[in-house]
Amino acid sequence: MWIRKRVALVLASITLTLVRPAAAEDEITNEACLACHALEDLVGSDGRSLVVDAGAFSASTHGTLPCTTCHADATTVPHEEKPARIGIATCATCHSEVVATYEKSVHGEARTNGATDAATCASCHGSTHTVRQHSDMGSPVYPLNLPRTCGACHGDPELAKRHGIPVVNAYQLYLDSIHGRALTHSGLLVAANCSSCHGFHDIRPKKDAESKVSRLSVPATCGGCHAGVMEAYDNGVHGRAVKHGNLKAPVCIDCHTAHQIARVDTDPWKLRIIAECGTCHEESLKTYRDTFHGQVTALGFTPVARCSNCHGSHRVLPAADPESSIAPANLVATCQKCHPQAGPKFVLFSPHADHENPERNPGLYYAARLMTLLIVAVFIFFGIHTVLWLLRSLIEQRRLNGRR
Amino acid sequence: MASAVSSTAKYYVRIDLFHRLVHGFLMASFLGLAATGLPIKFNQAAWATNLAHALGGFGTVIFFHQTFAIILSLCFLLHLGRILHAAFVKGDPGVLWGPNSMVPQPKDLLDMFWHFAWFFGLGPKPRFDRFTYWEKFDYWAVFWGMAIIGTSGYVMWFSGFFGRFIPGWMFNIALLIHSEEALLAVWFIFTIHFFNSHIRPEKFPMDLVIFTGRVSEAELHEERPLEYERLVAQDGLTAIATEPPPLWLRNFGRLIGFTVITIGFILFGLTLWAL
Repeated sequence: MWIRKRVALVLASITLTLVRPAAAEDEITNEACLACHALEDLVGSDGRSLVVDAGAFSASTHGTLPCTTCHADATTVPHEEKPARIGIATCATCHSEVVATYEKSVHGEARTNGATDAATCASCHGSTHTVRQHSDMGSPVYPLNLPRTCGACHGDPELAKRHGIPVVNAYQLYLDSIHGRALTHSGLLVAANCSSCHGFHDIRPKKDAESKVSRLSVPATCGGCHAGVMEAYDNGVHGRAVKHGNLKAPVCIDCHTAHQIARVDTDPWKLRIIAECGTCHEESLKTYRDTFHGQVTALGFTPVARCSNCHGSHRVLPAADPESSIAPANLVATCQKCHPQAGPKFVLFSPHADHENPERNPGLYYAARLMTLLIVAVFIFFGIHTVLWLLRSLIEQRRLNGRR
Repeated sequence: MASAVSSTAKYYVRIDLFHRLVHGFLMASFLGLAATGLPIKFNQAAWATNLAHALGGFGTVIFFHQTFAIILSLCFLLHLGRILHAAFVKGDPGVLWGPNSMVPQPKDLLDMFWHFAWFFGLGPKPRFDRFTYWEKFDYWAVFWGMAIIGTSGYVMWFSGFFGRFIPGWMFNIALLIHSEEALLAVWFIFTIHFFNSHIRPEKFPMDLVIFTGRVSEAELHEERPLEYERLVAQDGLTAIATEPPPLWLRNFGRLIGFTVITIGFILFGLTLWAL
């Protein structure tokens, strides 16, 4: 006996008999189901409500389907046996392709491996009785609602820890990002939401080469919206390296981060990128720091040249490339962006001068040697002079005091 | 000799008001330049970032640096102009050569040698004249320091203009020389100059002469016997005789002096910390 309230069942049977005396067993109508399931206090043996909101159901995208499409085992009214719970397999009767895709996704695999808290159809699309088209503003997978839907799990660090998800607070980071603000503050449908980058039914972890967010796929994924930037990036050294499978070459997320994507016109962002370039270009960062440009940015100010001011940002080209902003023929124009008076002599400035390299910067090398020699010589001489003088003066003073 | 010493005047003018004022402006602008320049040189240190932000950011730091640079440059030019005026207009070659000149004399080398001998107890203390060899070294270190740091600074400040005549890699050298020479200056002033002129036991805690301009007869006789004897011989003491420095002037000197020494030691400490 799975319905606790036998009274309800009896009542329902009577009502049914009165209302639909001629209903055939193989043609159970939704009205027949609702005769019981519209009753407000209908609960199962586990105390769960068995009530179906008839209005919400008929307004849902599934509203035109008979109940038995999903509840195929409810063959009698009232049911002899407890009908099976609705699951992924149920959805697959109609949405077989989507479910097949889902089964191969990170969520589907997790579920196969026994993770009962991994997302299934209803986790994202809502209850099957109220499910709506993804283009419906009321749908939990409508673009403006999707981040909150994903965030129900991906804003929970405990869940991330349980499943070894590297980004533990993706939802919070996203909300703070330029994408998140465009979505939540401006209500922009074009703002990237979770699925723009991760896909939806086919979500794969980033270490998977098939994933839309694997290192090598990131430029194309971001380029889905940022087409102009991708075009520039693909033609630069970094984009070309990635195309050749170089996993060390920077992709979009190395500078812009994956979730907490910030505005690029703030000082903290501009300063962080210098360090980011320096993670690979160590030598260049070291020599940059020796110049006035590098000293001022190290102090935390940005009115001076940073890496991208000379090298470009998305389309970085080597000096040997005639199209490069640092190609000899283009140097005057590049320096003139900040120094309008710059001419052919001015651009002989060495923005990465190394005072320890006599071949590359002979003048600077010898100047540095000379200055070091000068400082050392002055302080050796006057250091000795001062110490000797101090000792003699103290001795003299003691002698004078002794005489007194 | 005793008859030449006036019974009423026990003090003599050593540094006139012009030089005291120039030294004051030099001191203030030097501290200002150091405080705004050192953060740029030691940009990796936390104190440098904090100081630069506390001062109001890059725009303010560079504005004050350039303003102090102009003040110091004016001191330099004013001093140079006065020397040249004295030498060539007033016709007093003594500022260019002789005991009253800052130009090193052969005697200075001997003085230094005998001073070292005295350090080791191998002879009496040398008899100095109006300017000692270490005072002249201080003077020329600052003189050439200003010329070198100033020139390299203006080259960088007006890089667009200078870039029309000199190759850009000279800017690299200008920055290096500017910053290393400045570090030398800061270290030298805040250690050696402070010791030579103020901290050493004979002067401790400070020599107020740069503020009061006056030395006592005993001091002049003891420290600069040749000048004293020369003045006595030429009957020049009465011309520079003056009243003892009033208390307010001595206190003013102490206030400024201790402030400068404190700031100087803090800046010196910060540079060592950042090395």
